[in-house]
Amino acid sequence: MVDTVGDRQATTAAGSGRAFRGRARPPAASRWQSVTTFIRRHKLAPYLLLVPSLAAIGLVLIWPTLQVGLYSFQNFGEAQIVGTQPATWAGFSNFTTTLRDPEFWLSLRTTVVFAATLVTLTMITGTLVGLLLNRLGRRMAAFVSGAALVAWATPAVSASVIFVWFFSPDGGIVNWALARLPHWLGGGAHWAQYNWATTGPVPAYTIATILVVWQSFPFIAVTVLAGLKSIPSELYESARVDGAGPWQSFRKITYPMLKPIFLVLVLLSVIWDFNVFTQSYVITGALGNRDEYNMALYSYSQAFLQPPQVGLGSAIALILTAILMIITIGYVRANIKQGALA
Amino acid sequence: MIGMSARAGAVRPYSARASRRVKTTRKVALNGAGLIVALLVLFPIFWMVSTAFKPATEIYTLTPHPLPAHPTVSNFDQVINGQAAGLGLSFWTFFRNSLFLTLTAVLLASALSLLAAVAVARFRFRLRTSFLIMLLVVQMVPANALVIPLFLDYRSLNLLDSLPGLVLLYAGLALPVSIWLLRNFVATVPKELEEAAALDGASAARIFWRILFPLVWPGLVAVSTLAFITAWNEFVFALTFLSTQAHYTLPIYVQYFFSRNGANWGSIMAASTLYTIPPVVFFLIVQRRMVGGLVAGSVKG
Repeated sequence: MVDTVGDRQATTAAGSGRAFRGRARPPAASRWQSVTTFIRRHKLAPYLLLVPSLAAIGLVLIWPTLQVGLYSFQNFGEAQIVGTQPATWAGFSNFTTTLRDPEFWLSLRTTVVFAATLVTLTMITGTLVGLLLNRLGRRMAAFVSGAALVAWATPAVSASVIFVWFFSPDGGIVNWALARLPHWLGGGAHWAQYNWATTGPVPAYTIATILVVWQSFPFIAVTVLAGLKSIPSELYESARVDGAGPWQSFRKITYPMLKPIFLVLVLLSVIWDFNVFTQSYVITGALGNRDEYNMALYSYSQAFLQPPQVGLGSAIALILTAILMIITIGYVRANIKQGALA
Repeated sequence: MIGMSARAGAVRPYSARASRRVKTTRKVALNGAGLIVALLVLFPIFWMVSTAFKPATEIYTLTPHPLPAHPTVSNFDQVINGQAAGLGLSFWTFFRNSLFLTLTAVLLASALSLLAAVAVARFRFRLRTSFLIMLLVVQMVPANALVIPLFLDYRSLNLLDSLPGLVLLYAGLALPVSIWLLRNFVATVPKELEEAAALDGASAARIFWRILFPLVWPGLVAVSTLAFITAWNEFVFALTFLSTQAHYTLPIYVQYFFSRNGANWGSIMAASTLYTIPPVVFFLIVQRRMVGGLVAGSVKG
């Protein structure tokens, strides 16, 4: 009792500034407390934690997605970008123009063939490497997965430039090797000057295929490896006792056990491989060769090359997204029917 | 199990030796396959670095050699002093731009996704499921499709040629995957641990820093790695948005360089080597944590 009184006297004696702060503290603390009780009473905490992320995702992903939908039904060109004329509704004209354009069908074919090849090759390569990693000793497995990780970490632009250099007509080692290959294997001197990047979609996307497989199989391999580690080894042992070979135990044990993982990996690969922009852009020469466009390049060129046609570019992007949605939904439904998600 | 095979060996020594031989052959074959895969995978990187150290006479030759006979750093010199690209700007300008963008985007994405992950993993609220579904759906939208509207939005906000504008974009692009990954990490931290700390009188901030943060750390490493990759590699937005050459990021610089000096392979490889080193080093450092983190986050799902 005596002590508190003494304290209070000391505080007042210490000067008006400190005394003021001493007196101001209780209201500030109670205000803070009332904020926290308000948050608690209305269960606001999760919403407050989500607000920054929601704002960023909304601004950068959701609102622009809606805008793509909007623009694809509008006449939106140079005048609308500059702002001298307002955008007008165009109905489905952007879509009909696109569907009548032979370039669209060429780019669609390129995209579909390229993506189908890529998904197949990355899944097979990735699964094989995953199976190999699972059977290697600890040190060798670390070495191989380290190498794969380097490929995965290599930026797309670097990787594209390296592979264009491999296939370059002036000094690239692929042409050098092909020119020295015997005739019956398809080799010959005519390869020396062969320009892979600009001769058409097939040679250009041959480079892109090898490149993208090299970059994306590591992710598949590491994920498959993680799945393999989760399969109890007793299953394989009992299969071996029953006389099952390696192919049979893959088909009867590994594949069914990993089916959910394969489902996710195929879906992700389809989405990625339908949208290969960077590598195609670098390999086909910065939008220079129109016959080598895939849909991503085609959409981009309509919107950004002169004259800019934002409406057309958006319509193509929307068509591409719709194709992806249909494939995804179909694939998921087929898998649900087979009971993969049960 | 071990006892059984040992007994079998004692009874039939011959077949035991045979099976041991089969085992050694299999081991050699497996290691051989592993070695071939690793060397094939590393070859493009090896070729890039080797070309970067070759003088022009060894690059444009009829018989290429795997290693430079007379290694030179003149290609790197040209890249760093800025002669090579015809831009007059040093490699370090673009390196600084990329580094600033990447680090700030990584910090922003990690912080925001951690907050959101705590919300989703620790609280039950009305919009929780819709938020999670939204995260999945949003990932389906191809980023290239968003270039068009975002270009126009950024144009009207006067943010087109600015690096800070791109930071928000890169962080936002990395967020859905990051939240999805971190959610699993936060969920695995036992709630009892936090409740016990709260009973002992620890404040919310203290619980966060002392209990949640250390346990979620591997997940944050995985998330930072993904955000790092997204920002360091990002091409299409930087290509479209940045118009001043001094603002170019490294991928735009390498592509610009390549499209202008298509035949100067020595310098192009030197530039792309320098561009490739940071993510590769970063990856090799965080490798074990990252793979563990990614797998734990994605497979447990």
